[in-house]
Amino acid sequence: MSFLSYLINGISLGSVYAIIALGYTMVYGIAKMLNFAHGDVIMIGAYIVFTCVSSAGMHPALAVLISIVGCTVLGVAIERVAYRPLRNAASPLAVLITAIGMSYLLQNVALLIFGANTKTFPEILTLPSISLAGGQLNITGTSLVTIGACIVIMICLMAFIHRTKAGQAMLAVSEDKGAAQLMGINVNGTIALTFAIGSALAAVAGVLLCSAYPSLTPYTGSMPGIRAFVAAVFGGIGSIPGAFIGGILLGVIEILGRAYISSQLADAIVFGVLIVVLLVKPAGILGKNIQEKV
Amino acid sequence: MNKVKRFLGMALAALMVVSSAAGCSSDTASSESTGEPTFKIGSIGPATGNNAAYGLAVQNGAQIAVDEINAAGGINGYQIEFSFEDDESDAEKAVNAYNVLKDWGMQMLLGTVTSAPCTAVASETDNDRMFQITPSGTAVESVQGHDNVFRVCFSDPAQGAKSAEYIATKGLATKIAVIYDSSDVYSSGIYSAFAAEAENQGLEIVAAEAFTADNKTDFSVQLQKAKDSGAELVFLPIYYQEASAILQQADNMGYKPMYFGCDGLDGLLGVSGFDTSLAEGVMLLTPFSADAQDDKTQAFNAAYEEAYGETPIQFAADAYDGIYAIKLAAEQAGITPDMDYTEICEKMIEAMPQIELDGLTGIGGITWGEDGEPNKDPKGVIIENGAYVSMD
Repeated sequence: MSFLSYLINGISLGSVYAIIALGYTMVYGIAKMLNFAHGDVIMIGAYIVFTCVSSAGMHPALAVLISIVGCTVLGVAIERVAYRPLRNAASPLAVLITAIGMSYLLQNVALLIFGANTKTFPEILTLPSISLAGGQLNITGTSLVTIGACIVIMICLMAFIHRTKAGQAMLAVSEDKGAAQLMGINVNGTIALTFAIGSALAAVAGVLLCSAYPSLTPYTGSMPGIRAFVAAVFGGIGSIPGAFIGGILLGVIEILGRAYISSQLADAIVFGVLIVVLLVKPAGILGKNIQEKV
Repeated sequence: MNKVKRFLGMALAALMVVSSAAGCSSDTASSESTGEPTFKIGSIGPATGNNAAYGLAVQNGAQIAVDEINAAGGINGYQIEFSFEDDESDAEKAVNAYNVLKDWGMQMLLGTVTSAPCTAVASETDNDRMFQITPSGTAVESVQGHDNVFRVCFSDPAQGAKSAEYIATKGLATKIAVIYDSSDVYSSGIYSAFAAEAENQGLEIVAAEAFTADNKTDFSVQLQKAKDSGAELVFLPIYYQEASAILQQADNMGYKPMYFGCDGLDGLLGVSGFDTSLAEGVMLLTPFSADAQDDKTQAFNAAYEEAYGETPIQFAADAYDGIYAIKLAAEQAGITPDMDYTEICEKMIEAMPQIELDGLTGIGGITWGEDGEPNKDPKGVIIENGAYVSMD
């Protein structure tokens, strides 16, 4: 029975990783850059909800909405100010370093505004937990919402990319920027749209992450961000279903490894599995599936 | 804009000249013209940054003790001058702060507040032969190996051993689960001493689960294993930030064991947004509880609240005791301010093991071994109705 409980916890943690990984993978697929500030946008999103609910006393749903809008604006602004001018720089390292710098900038701005003290995230998903098998198996409402949200987001994203004009434009830009431009696609606009969607997802991920694990500090986003990046690579970076599968697998391996092998070695196990997978399939689990590449 | 900057720069420069000149003149004034030398005690701790609460409490607690002693005639008839420097809980800044205090003329050091800076400064004071007593540096190496360094609080291993002893003698539980941070010296230090002493005391550790600094968001596995192991009590030798997350997650999964922790849990009730009802019944071993009914604690509380408008935490009490320990040892050693600090240091080292302090953090009396470690009885406190209540 505890195996099932571990498994559900793993899928729930993995779903958060998956939502974050979607943001990484979309930006990578289209702009061919690693947006290391993505994890910190999550943290900013969580702080916006925290401030709206705890200080301004707003309704949680409104707070989440504000957070999504705030993160979207932030993501687009970061792209416009820090990444776009460097897109044609001689070395691809320039934009990577800028992304790392942006990550530290966001952390330190949060440190300045909110202080280093841990904030406890308000309970905004007040769903009852489900008790099965006479109390042996306890599934929290937050886990269910997280897993559900992850599946819905993935389906919506897939539909958006394959069924809408903007989505088709994203596919085209990811295949070949120059050719897409020649076909009359607004490349800058498409990339900005990608950042907008990725950052909106970051806000959702921030809310789900902090609902499940309610300690909020300016560094809350950085470790999950790195793990989600690993999940994206694991599943095949650039692939949307890959990010989903990679995220879920990473969460499950992490929790089961901690439960059955050693709680101290959790990270060593996760990253060990990553290395093995990459040795066998260098492009990640779904990396070769060009059709799905966004 | 440039003009403003230049003006500000000049003003600052002028200010520095004036203040350094003032510093010189006041030094000569106190030691020569009035003919009344003073003891100069310095202190170092975080007044800003993450651990600012600890450093400020030490500064305030020490200041109360200094004011009391000065009002009562000083040490050996000489007044005390007290100066506090900020180190932001950073080892490098602490050493800089130490050098600033030495330039000021410090003769004895009360500090530093946190462990890692304390260890760095201890090597410096050992080289310089400056007497040092830390109110709250718990790491073993902050004190061990330096004959000139003493401490007021328990060391990490002592906290672990005392916790096991306390749980056993109070008969709180026999089956115990531990959740600790294996990447942190404080936490793993307490854990290993706890495990060793638990065996002596006949306690059974049914689950020992670790987490690391990079992996401290999800505690579901550790809690599930503690639950499955049938532990009656979960021992948390960790800081309050992680403890608040653990309490919350345990509550979400419907797990309600007893909790027991060390001084790192002091501060749990202050986590912003934390539902303090989850902390009800959490027990912790701390050398000081502000609700103790003895006269000494009550008087200290009153003085602290009047001066700073809040209830003192353990760190303030540690600092208060540290200053009084310096006073007792200084009287025992018969030192005077005209001695240089190395001479004071040697005499104080000799005197420390001979004194017995009736302090806030050890009501039965605190004595020191030559290794710098204090001997005193710990106090157990339990959180009831959002306040710390003594269990003894």
